[in-house]
Amino acid sequence: MGALQSLPGQPEYIDLAEKTGFSFEQIGVLHKRFKQLSHNEETLRRDHFNEIPDLACNPIRAQIVEAFFDRRNFRQNGEGTVEEIGFEEFLVVMSHFRPPSLHMTEEQRESVRKEKLRFLFNMHDTDNDGTITLEEYRHVVEELLSRSGALGKETAKSIADAAMLEVASISMGHMEPDEFYEGITFEHFLKLLNEFEIESRMNIRFLNMDTTTLCK
Amino acid sequence: MADPRPARSRFSPRLTAAFLCVFLLVFLRCASASRDVVSGSNETWIRPARSTQEDPHDHHGNSTEHKKAFPVLAFNFEHVRKPFEISMWILLALLMKLGFHIIPRISHVVPESCLLIVVGLLVGGTIKAVEGTNAPVLDSKLFFLYLLPPIILDAGYFLPIRPFTENLGTILVFAVLGTLWNVFFIGGTMFAVCQIDGAGLADVDLLSCLLFGSIISAVDPVAVLAVFEEIHINDLLHILVFGESLLNDAVTVVLYHLFKEFSHEGSVSVSDALLGVVCFFVVSLGGILVGFIYGILGAFTSRFTSHTRVIEPLFVFLYSYMAYLSAEVFHLSGIMSLIACGVIMRPYVEANISHKSYTTVKYFLKMWSSVSETLIFIFLGVSTVAGPHEWNWTFVVFTVFLCLVSRVLGVIGLTSIINKFRIVKLTKKDQFIVAYGGLRGAIAFSLGFLLTDSKMKHMFLTAIITVIFFTVFVQGMTIRPLVELLAVKRKKESKGSINEEIHTQFLDHLLTGIEDVCGHYGHHHWKDKLNRFNKKYVKKWLIAGERSTEPQLISFYNKLELKQAMMLVESGSTSKLPSVMSSVSMQNIQPREPPRRRAMPSISKSREEEIRKLLRANLQNTRQRLRSYSRHDLMIDPFEDNVSEVHLRKQARQKDVENKKTGSKTINARLKLAFFVYGVSALMSLHLCPPEHQVFTYDDAESPRSAEMKPRSAAVRLLNELPQRSDQSDAEPNAKQDDQEDQLKLSRGLSDPGPNQEQKES
Repeated sequence: MGALQSLPGQPEYIDLAEKTGFSFEQIGVLHKRFKQLSHNEETLRRDHFNEIPDLACNPIRAQIVEAFFDRRNFRQNGEGTVEEIGFEEFLVVMSHFRPPSLHMTEEQRESVRKEKLRFLFNMHDTDNDGTITLEEYRHVVEELLSRSGALGKETAKSIADAAMLEVASISMGHMEPDEFYEGITFEHFLKLLNEFEIESRMNIRFLNMDTTTLCK
Repeated sequence: MADPRPARSRFSPRLTAAFLCVFLLVFLRCASASRDVVSGSNETWIRPARSTQEDPHDHHGNSTEHKKAFPVLAFNFEHVRKPFEISMWILLALLMKLGFHIIPRISHVVPESCLLIVVGLLVGGTIKAVEGTNAPVLDSKLFFLYLLPPIILDAGYFLPIRPFTENLGTILVFAVLGTLWNVFFIGGTMFAVCQIDGAGLADVDLLSCLLFGSIISAVDPVAVLAVFEEIHINDLLHILVFGESLLNDAVTVVLYHLFKEFSHEGSVSVSDALLGVVCFFVVSLGGILVGFIYGILGAFTSRFTSHTRVIEPLFVFLYSYMAYLSAEVFHLSGIMSLIACGVIMRPYVEANISHKSYTTVKYFLKMWSSVSETLIFIFLGVSTVAGPHEWNWTFVVFTVFLCLVSRVLGVIGLTSIINKFRIVKLTKKDQFIVAYGGLRGAIAFSLGFLLTDSKMKHMFLTAIITVIFFTVFVQGMTIRPLVELLAVKRKKESKGSINEEIHTQFLDHLLTGIEDVCGHYGHHHWKDKLNRFNKKYVKKWLIAGERSTEPQLISFYNKLELKQAMMLVESGSTSKLPSVMSSVSMQNIQPREPPRRRAMPSISKSREEEIRKLLRANLQNTRQRLRSYSRHDLMIDPFEDNVSEVHLRKQARQKDVENKKTGSKTINARLKLAFFVYGVSALMSLHLCPPEHQVFTYDDAESPRSAEMKPRSAAVRLLNELPQRSDQSDAEPNAKQDDQEDQLKLSRGLSDPGPNQEQKES
């Protein structure tokens, strides 16, 4: 009980806990982290993220940072990007990585799956038009291989092409030679990653104890 | 399974059965003959000890008295007895295995291991009936040194790393804590049972019971593999039960030796128990260390094998076996050593060795482990018949009962603890399968066999055999219908989708990034750090040449391409390429460009057809001509030739659309391809190989592959010389681009250069 009493802003937490599903301790820990990242300001900006040293060597750093500022991930059916986010938006984005609880019905599990896949989809679809075009997919693969040096561009292109071909084959089945596959829509994306079991893979263990003092 | 030719299949089971019976009789006759010879030779050895030099003298006397005729045909079985017997046993085992699969009905209901034990029982029974008391028994040395390592190496080398490391905590808890719980529960309760008057078990003391518990508790990897292989459950459950069976070896080894030592002395003090705990850590970590060292050595050796590809598989096998034997020398856990060696060695060795060596390693491991497993089960059956049995109803019944109960309680208890720490919780169904999959097997029997001879040993052995039979027969046979009844998730047939691989990697990076943002160093963070360390330092040392910097996505993609090309060839596509599953091709996904001005003169449709026919005929002629040459003349295997050809064609089809010309221009590209392939084939039959420097548009990273470029350059020249209808200026850069794209693929498709042959020529 002592831990709870030391958390600031208790009534807002109830609201947030209901919205995102985190427990009070988890929200407290994340709030501390938020304050640490934003240097005790109220909002986070992109350059705050760029200061995280561990993130610097991540090949898809830019996309991860963008995901935090993408309004489609705020669960308010918004679109476009923002320049700075508050703690609530931070928490909402984080809540995409919560594991599904043990006692969930099939529909709830399905909706969790869809939500996580929607997050991934938004990360790939950078121009917000609802489809992942070949160019965007190529960009994804290039970023993944961006640390590999010289081989990057050409091979990335062929890999992305092969991947796109696979998606088209799975979703469209049969196409005339002069038809053109516009891009991966969300339904095709769902179909593609049907076997991927994302609800058990796309999870982070959120701690109940505060370890932010142990790392940067 | 539907029989397409019922008439023929009616004959084959009967024929096989008849053949097997005949074979069995011959085998038994030879076995008994060998025993006669053995006893005969024993007598000849024994006699000179009693009487002095009688036989040689007689022999000499015979030769001096009258000259024997030169023996045209002689019978000398003694000379080859041992290898002969071994080969006969192995052959019997394999024929049995063959027989079961020809009769499909039985193998669906009864797992193979059960059938093999039954065969062993029959063989043992027959030998005993014929011979009396001289039936062979499963020798522990034979088991631990020769039969067990191939199975464990096969399991360790092909261990799926990702599910294993993700669930390592759970597996360790089950393996260590679960086994400890089983040992003490069974041992303690059995001691309590032994105190019951009237059971005749009063002389079994606590330490003996604990010793017995330590033998019987361990889940057996051989039995688990044999049964779980056939039911195809999902990866998580498979790796949980299987990983547990592998890792509990350390616990078993320590407890077994501990109790065995102290059962002589009669008591265990606290300091001994503490030493036991220390011993456990030494045994397990030491075993892993030994395996690790040999694994690194093996990986390092494979870096230099580019010139002697034929012996590459042997390095894999021998280093692993040495790891096992070295660990056994120090009484460390040999199984863990073997697993560690295989796991460490595999990524580096696979990057270094050629494709053929990889296939050899895979198939030899599967072959040996299959033979070992079959022999183990047959011997188990034979030993059952042979061994002296001491049947005690109370003991045996309680043992079986307690094994089941302790397993269930252990799993339920541990899962409730584990689920607090797991992201993906284990459901009740999962728990049931884990508990039900705790099969005992030959390791328990062999450990029991190593005990010193006594009345207790026979009683223990009888109980152990009963438990093994119960688990293998009852649990093994019923697990398949139970899995179907409970609708447990099955293994999903993954076809190696490039999208899934991309997303797996993407997800890894994403989760690492989110963990960094959250500010806690979790599972993904450490994995990422390890990967980066691996990439930066370790791979440079252990992987030769270019491949050390190749990212995983690219190697996955290349493997996938190669596999697809080989599949196309194997499906008999030499005359025509089978269409892809859907009719979607590269054209459909490439963004449409405005049609450029074509400089090529237009061809009429009829002329197009003529050209196509001509090309096809020429290609077929060339192929036939290639086949008529002897193997020694060809630089490349015709099979591999097809593979590379198919690859080229596939690549060219993709390249078709990359040419930024509209659809009708594809005939242009196809013409070029046809000439290209024709040129290459003609080239190969003419052995042209002039050195020529080629201008590349790739980075220098690609240029070391110049050795394969040499034939290409001549082909390009041929291409330019051959009459073409297409635009000259268009042909060259596209052909060159074709070249370079194809190098990347071709160098992997060629017969046996491995990735590094180019190094020596650059």
